[in-house]
Amino acid sequence: MLTGFITILLLIAFLSAILYDRLVVKNRKIDAVFGNPERANGGYHWVLAGSCSILLLWLYFSWDIARSYYPQSANELCQVAKVRESVLGINYIFPIDQRTLKSTDFIERETKKINLLKIEINNADLNIKDKTQLLSFLTKSQLMIVALSDEKNLKKETQSKIDLVAEKLSSLTLRFQSDNFPEEKSTEEKEKRKKLLENQTDWGATGMEIPPYPVTKRGEKFESASIEMNVIVEEFFQIKNDHKKFIDLSLNLKNELKEFKNKLTESQTLEKDYLRKISKISGRISRSNIFPSKSLDSVERAVKEFDETQKVEQGNLRVIDTFLFPAGTIVASGETCSEQGAGRWLPKPTDTLRIFLDLLKPSVGYKNFPMLWYQFIGFNEVIDFIVPDWIADLLPGEYPVHSSNGEIEPNFKKHALNIVSGEFDSFKIPVPSGHIWDSFLRVFLGLSLGVIAGVPLGLFMGLSRFAKGYFDPVIELYRPVPPLAWAPLIITVFGIDNSGKVFLLFMVSFAIMIVSARAGASGTQLSKIHAAHSLGASKWQILRQVIFPNSLPEILTGIRVSIGVCWGTLVAAEFLAGTTGIGFVENVARKYMQYEHIWITIFVMGMLGLLFDLAMRWVIARTIPWRGKG
Amino acid sequence: MSDLVSKNLNMLFGDTVHALKDVSFTLKKGELLTVLGPSGCGKTTLLNIIAGFLNPTSGTISLDEKEINGPGVERGMVFQQGALFEWLTVSQNVDFGLRMRKENPQKSKKLVDEWLEIVGLQGFGDTPTYQLSGGMQQRVALARCLINNPDLILMDEPLGALDALTREKMQSLVLKIWKETGKTIVLITHSVEEALLLGERLFVMAPRPGRIHKEYTLPFASMGLQKDLRSIKNNKKFVTTREEILTMIWDMEEEIMGKEN
Ligand SMILES: Nc1ncnc2c1ncn2[C@@H]1O[C@H](COP(=O)(O)OP(=O)(O)OP(=O)(O)O)[C@@H](O)[C@H]1O
Ligand SMILES: [Mg+2]
Repeated sequence: MLTGFITILLLIAFLSAILYDRLVVKNRKIDAVFGNPERANGGYHWVLAGSCSILLLWLYFSWDIARSYYPQSANELCQVAKVRESVLGINYIFPIDQRTLKSTDFIERETKKINLLKIEINNADLNIKDKTQLLSFLTKSQLMIVALSDEKNLKKETQSKIDLVAEKLSSLTLRFQSDNFPEEKSTEEKEKRKKLLENQTDWGATGMEIPPYPVTKRGEKFESASIEMNVIVEEFFQIKNDHKKFIDLSLNLKNELKEFKNKLTESQTLEKDYLRKISKISGRISRSNIFPSKSLDSVERAVKEFDETQKVEQGNLRVIDTFLFPAGTIVASGETCSEQGAGRWLPKPTDTLRIFLDLLKPSVGYKNFPMLWYQFIGFNEVIDFIVPDWIADLLPGEYPVHSSNGEIEPNFKKHALNIVSGEFDSFKIPVPSGHIWDSFLRVFLGLSLGVIAGVPLGLFMGLSRFAKGYFDPVIELYRPVPPLAWAPLIITVFGIDNSGKVFLLFMVSFAIMIVSARAGASGTQLSKIHAAHSLGASKWQILRQVIFPNSLPEILTGIRVSIGVCWGTLVAAEFLAGTTGIGFVENVARKYMQYEHIWITIFVMGMLGLLFDLAMRWVIARTIPWRGKG
Repeated sequence: MSDLVSKNLNMLFGDTVHALKDVSFTLKKGELLTVLGPSGCGKTTLLNIIAGFLNPTSGTISLDEKEINGPGVERGMVFQQGALFEWLTVSQNVDFGLRMRKENPQKSKKLVDEWLEIVGLQGFGDTPTYQLSGGMQQRVALARCLINNPDLILMDEPLGALDALTREKMQSLVLKIWKETGKTIVLITHSVEEALLLGERLFVMAPRPGRIHKEYTLPFASMGLQKDLRSIKNNKKFVTTREEILTMIWDMEEEIMGKEN
């Protein structure tokens, strides 16, 4: 219901944005000349229109609009799909979905093969006797086709069986149209049905399943029809065109083939080869169950009639199917039904939102780890993490040794060690945790380390012959390698958790920062450096006051690029290994085909990337407003 | 005697561009030299060598009998294009030199205000320089150089981007500073009138190879200290010299064209 309301709201917003634009265009006196970037300023109503159309497309192609306006439609379409499935086999025989009758098609194909084989055998290097023999087998195969095609050969009994099926079909068609189809069920059956319906969930509740048991009158009708249809179709396929003439021909040929085969010697491989081909053809013809073309007319008529009727009986369901289930539909397979097409891989926004909200609950999370929450960590653990233990080693004195009665007297150095290694009681502080936080932290740490190390080195390389020459080979060699190519090595060395990933991201951002800082440093206008020199600045001052600020635009752009690349690398790295992080969530969701979860992770990544970028834009606007204006 | 002495300066860019050829001159302390010449005749190159940004291919140049190698605070330069630090405000630009030499900030501030007033930019102290007009930027550059009180002031077309009125004011300003401080000034210009008005001495340079073509000693600068600049422009000698130099430069340009065709 809510979705339906939102859909209308979105539609109205979209249309009013367009109307508003018409109004603005009409009232605007002068626009900037074409090519002036000012023409692209403003236009926030188009932002609204764009967002609305994305949401509408999502609602539409995920079939959420169908669900909100016709909540039962999927269930009904499931019953229709069951009917479609039941007639699938019989339809296949007739030129309904196919171009030609199945028997005709079969005869055409086999005749072509026989003729080709005849020519081949004629030209083959065989003795005359074998050749004529082989050719006669083929002729006999053709005779079998003739025998099957001839109406005169058809047994009276077979024809009446066929007509009976046609009659049953017609009667089903007739009953199907009536209002009191299906007939009353027994109380026992009703009870059973009621139980099934009680346990049945709503459409989409479990992700993608369609409730399979009919809940509407129309649905029941189709379901009953499909059950009866299955029986009739089964019966039809039992009918065989097995008159005496054909059976005789078939047996005869089989025996002759066997005889001929037994006479062949080891070395007659060519003959054997041909014989095998002929046996295959004759076998196929024996099993083909070809009927004379006219004999199935009654069934064909009945099937077509049923198909027409079932389409009519669908009523508005067909319209709903065409317009509200774009790019796919609902298909049945036995008792169950599923979405096939857009609705399958594009989850419905409402489901997605619900699952997202569920995931955000710290008690639920994903794989026993919240998406974004906090946890309490002892301050000592933080100290342990930040301060390296070897600091204690640097202090004067020795660590205590055990005395003769086996006691250890802690001294100052031991106390210091206890502190830096976090072995003390302390208060607890809240620290963020969760998949999203972990990913964020990895990017942040990797990026920061890359910037801290890369910018000075890059500037140095832009200014010093030694640095450029000395570090160039290493950096230029590792930089072009796709970061993921390093991943297996780095994960082995640094472990699958944070340090490996942070190091990988460090490598990525380090290279980018070096390149951009170097470009910034070597791109400094000479006159500015000259000016600084003649104003009495020292080398360090020139670096700090002129070259660094002058390279800031390049450095910040480098950071922006790094963020993008780091994100990409991180998610891929989390795909490879690890137990937390957004990429990990997506990888697991992929394994279980949880399309909602996949889309949620994609969305979260997009939002985080956007957030990073907005932050960078903010920083850029504040720190280098002069860019492009100097 | 703090003279600027140049002996047989040669400057080659690569093997083919002979930017300066055998440039020798002596500039006494307190003289105001203007340099004229067609575009590309090596004026900026000469100035860069004096400032110490470039090492001449051969020849020597010295100030106060000390050979110039490398830039120094005693030689201030105003560049052809502002070369301001666009990440700093106007006053931060002006006191850049003072800050680099860690002068007393209070004193610096007073000095900056003074100089901003001299160049007519009072009230613009906190404006970022990228928001200034071209002429205003040039005035900031002037103040940034002069505030350091250099012995030798080098100016590369400092007034090129200014409007006629401001330009005249700045010309008076240059003359005033020159008179009051007695500094040695080398000023490059494209305007013959400006060269004549400001120059106590005047070099006309010729291109390919860049060399001093003709040298004048002029009285107008000292006249300009007393008189209105515009009246000097009607002085008979001023007019004839101007025409002479203009013809000279025209001939040079024509010769270049001829060479190229
Ligand atoms: N760094 C350089 N490398 C190569 N050639 C240079 C370089 N700097 C200047 N030149 C050349 O030296 C010659 C003199 O240049 P310079 O900049 O001194 O001319 P200019 O007299 O200042 O011209 P303008 O009046 O246009 O500023 C020119 O031909 C120029 O092409
Ligand atoms: Mg120049």
